[in-house]
Amino acid sequence: MNYADLFRVTLPETVLEIAALLVLVVDLGYLRKAALQTRVMSAAVLGVIGCGVAIAMLPFQALGGLTYPGSTELMLAAGGYATIAQIGILVLTVLTLFLLIGSDFTQHVGEYISVVLMAATGGLLIAAAQDLLVIFVGLELLSLGLYILTAFAKKSEKSAESAMKYYLFGGMSAAFLLFGFSYLYGLSGSTNLHEIMRALYSSNAINSSPLLYVALVMVAAGLGFKVAAVPFHLWAPDTYEGAPAPAAAFIASVSKVASFALLIGIGTAAAHVLGSAHKVGFVVLVSGPAPKYFGFERPWSLIVTLLAVASMVFGNLAALAQTSVRRLLAYSAIAHAGYILLALAYFSHSTMSTYAVLYYILTYGLTTVGAFGAVSVVERISGSDRMDAFLGLCRRNGLLAAVMLVLFLSLAGIPPLVGFWAKFNLFAAVLGVSRGVVPFTIVALAVAMSAVSLYYYLQVLKRVFVMPAVDDTPVKGNPLTMSVLVLIALAVVVLGCLPGLLQTWMTSFYAGM
Amino acid sequence: MLAWTIYISFAGALVLALLPRGNAALARWIALAVAVAGFAIAIAGFAAGAGQGRVTLVDVPWVAFMGIRYTLAADGISRVLVLLTGLAAVAGVLFSWNIELRTNEFFAFFLALIGGVYGVFLSFDLFLLFVFYEIAIVPKYFLISIWGSTRREYAAMKLALYSFVGSSMVLIGLLAAYATSGSHSTGLVYLANADLPVSFQMWAFPLVFIGFGILAGLWPFHTWAPTGHVAAPTAASMLLAGVVMKLGAYGCLRVAIGLFPHGMDPWGWSFAGMGSWRDVFALLALIGIVYGALVALAQTDFKFVIGYSSVSHMGFVLLGLVTLNQIGVTGAVLQMFSHGVIAGLLFAIVGRVVYERTHTRQLAELETMHLGKRLPFAAWSFVIAGMASMGLPAFSGFVAELQVLVGSWIAKPWWTAAAGVGIVVGVAYTWRALQKAFFSDRLPTPDEHPKTGWPKFDPITWPEIAATVLLVGATVIVGVYPRVLLDSIEPAVKSLLAGGMQ
Repeated sequence: MNYADLFRVTLPETVLEIAALLVLVVDLGYLRKAALQTRVMSAAVLGVIGCGVAIAMLPFQALGGLTYPGSTELMLAAGGYATIAQIGILVLTVLTLFLLIGSDFTQHVGEYISVVLMAATGGLLIAAAQDLLVIFVGLELLSLGLYILTAFAKKSEKSAESAMKYYLFGGMSAAFLLFGFSYLYGLSGSTNLHEIMRALYSSNAINSSPLLYVALVMVAAGLGFKVAAVPFHLWAPDTYEGAPAPAAAFIASVSKVASFALLIGIGTAAAHVLGSAHKVGFVVLVSGPAPKYFGFERPWSLIVTLLAVASMVFGNLAALAQTSVRRLLAYSAIAHAGYILLALAYFSHSTMSTYAVLYYILTYGLTTVGAFGAVSVVERISGSDRMDAFLGLCRRNGLLAAVMLVLFLSLAGIPPLVGFWAKFNLFAAVLGVSRGVVPFTIVALAVAMSAVSLYYYLQVLKRVFVMPAVDDTPVKGNPLTMSVLVLIALAVVVLGCLPGLLQTWMTSFYAGM
Repeated sequence: MLAWTIYISFAGALVLALLPRGNAALARWIALAVAVAGFAIAIAGFAAGAGQGRVTLVDVPWVAFMGIRYTLAADGISRVLVLLTGLAAVAGVLFSWNIELRTNEFFAFFLALIGGVYGVFLSFDLFLLFVFYEIAIVPKYFLISIWGSTRREYAAMKLALYSFVGSSMVLIGLLAAYATSGSHSTGLVYLANADLPVSFQMWAFPLVFIGFGILAGLWPFHTWAPTGHVAAPTAASMLLAGVVMKLGAYGCLRVAIGLFPHGMDPWGWSFAGMGSWRDVFALLALIGIVYGALVALAQTDFKFVIGYSSVSHMGFVLLGLVTLNQIGVTGAVLQMFSHGVIAGLLFAIVGRVVYERTHTRQLAELETMHLGKRLPFAAWSFVIAGMASMGLPAFSGFVAELQVLVGSWIAKPWWTAAAGVGIVVGVAYTWRALQKAFFSDRLPTPDEHPKTGWPKFDPITWPEIAATVLLVGATVIVGVYPRVLLDSIEPAVKSLLAGGMQ
């Protein structure tokens, strides 16, 4: 490795950082006296251009990623799932930037957008990271950005309160994560994911050490916090409710995509080590009953499965009782995280699970950005995100009502919308890895829970379409926001009717590998 | 060609959804044109398919990496049910001619529902079938909750959740069958020939049968049906009883019985006379027949009588299916058609012709109104529909129920005896409703008698007459000359029961 290599692998991150600085310079330097809307527009356009250039830079990344000096082990991956996730992160960032246009929660647009871009940089890093230290740095870069974004509506008490909660929980979970990482390093003598896996699989002593269990639980707590898995979910409802809408959309989509990409990376590292063990045969597998499925050894699978089951049960049941649409989306996000964790617990040796999880998280991120966009349009008119603010929306803005119909039904998993395919794909992947009684039961539970979810999504749609309006003021959205929302809804329908498109696109990233 | 029934229905729904508000007449005519076109295609497809087996309409890869294909095909059973759907759609549009509230949206949801139903009947890929099956859930919810009556929001949510729970069970079965067969394909023909292990079929069969059975009104999962039918606007209750319940029964036949036939093998032990899932479901169907009929006998709301009678009549369909012999299953399919037509007619008379004029459905209030004299059209069409519903000869219900009874006699004679009780009670509740609603000789008390004489009812309109003639014609034609449908149904049932769907 030399600095030229480092630069080539981190091209997109570099571009984003430059864009962030440019936004600051332009906004604070040249547009001080300009009207707020002009500043929002120019900063957002700069941010969008930055993301676009970053996407354009992705093909120029060094193929195969960045290795350690004098070693063949990866530090930063490039290509494959990492690139797909990075494109997803950048595209979703662009969409959340569009949501900012027309909103007025802050005067400090330059700072807002540069923080968004820096947080996205953190997301790009963890999506590709293969090293504990890089993971931690990337996670912190992302998280710190999110705390700031949550608190950005200075006039809102809720925003400050939720940011404080988010920050305290986040700080604690980062400490847990670091603690777990230190044990992992102590056990395996390396900070590289592949090296750690190899050490774990080849030595009985490490594998049965209680320290490993402590380490894994700590890591699960840290990463579970990022994806809002029960019982580390407490921040989610408050943050989703209190954060300004574009920031909430960013947290719900971009940060989720990045965190799940990190989990895919961990699963892939394990699968990779086990795969090469079978091919080369120099690694001695732990004696005793051979694992039935590839992926982490049992403790990790068990922990993730527990998180998954708890999340989908608790998330769905708690969502039933919500009256605030944002809190409802938060609990439904917890439930969705549960489904995804299930596929990560039963991670496949082949790319099947990777595709399924990516498919889910990308389409889910897209749908959530749209849902938050729709909520924010209504919020701006009625000043509230209570369910009753949506009464009679289909008469007040038919287009927005149609968009909400598509997005919420997709979240509920009604075919032919993309949310259904994502779920089907995910559950099929779980059953493709293992056909035992346990996975069948858990998948059955997940399907049953998604039946529960229809109830609360319909509660919102009922207010939009069925119940009479209390006040008839038309809900007018910013034309740009509305066209972004319509585009998202169209994408949800088209990708749902032609589910092969996204899959073919993802497969193309694995073509050369 | 039959595939176009699906496309024009969805296209019609889209056009109506985009239509500007306020032009109700245009929306009606568009809806009628689409429904008639669908019906015409269904008839043409039925006529063209006579004597042929399964005809593949479209077969292209859909989701290549998962082996899912977009396969539309039609065999005799599909063609008959598509015909029923076309008929119900036309009649439903005609009986909704007086909808004034958000007319274009009403017909948009209506046609979207119809499109989904056509899709289910024509799908020969399990996955595709499931997709269409779920597409049908959402429009039902909105049709009932926006345009419905009595406790509409409760009934709509109940119906949506029951449907979704049922389809979740089907989804689990689908995922399991897909994974167990090696994750290569979800084609119905492929899965039927995949030699799924008997132990797997043993749990997949009841799961999927109940999943679809919920929508077919299988006792004790039928409770959505009466509340849903009563709350729904006329056209929606016609569709619910007429075709949506048939989706469930069709799924039981095509998917549960077609894919997991060994799920009905004897367990090898028996408990309280139950030696296999077949016995269990036969018992549930019989309870449904008798229970539905008895509860219908005790109702005070006219529409609830019809709602529970649907549960009873759908019991015959399910009983016919689990006889697993040629005549019983043929009877079940014919009963699907027959009940679709007759229940549609009954709901239309009660919900549209009577209720829209009297504004009450309580039998006690209708009793004092002398509807037999004041609404002779309603009275006589209900007499005809009631006779058909009781299963009198010369109507389609007779042929269908007779075949089911013969089939169940061949399977287990006591099934026939128990179902016979249901028929007798069926005569009683129809008679009671008929007598109370139209031909009561109870004179109104002086307080009930309006001071200025009885108000004139709105005259019967042409759409009502046209739709009634259409439905009565269908049940009489099939009753007098059942071969017109049986020639299609019998070979299809034969090949389905022979296994492998070849």
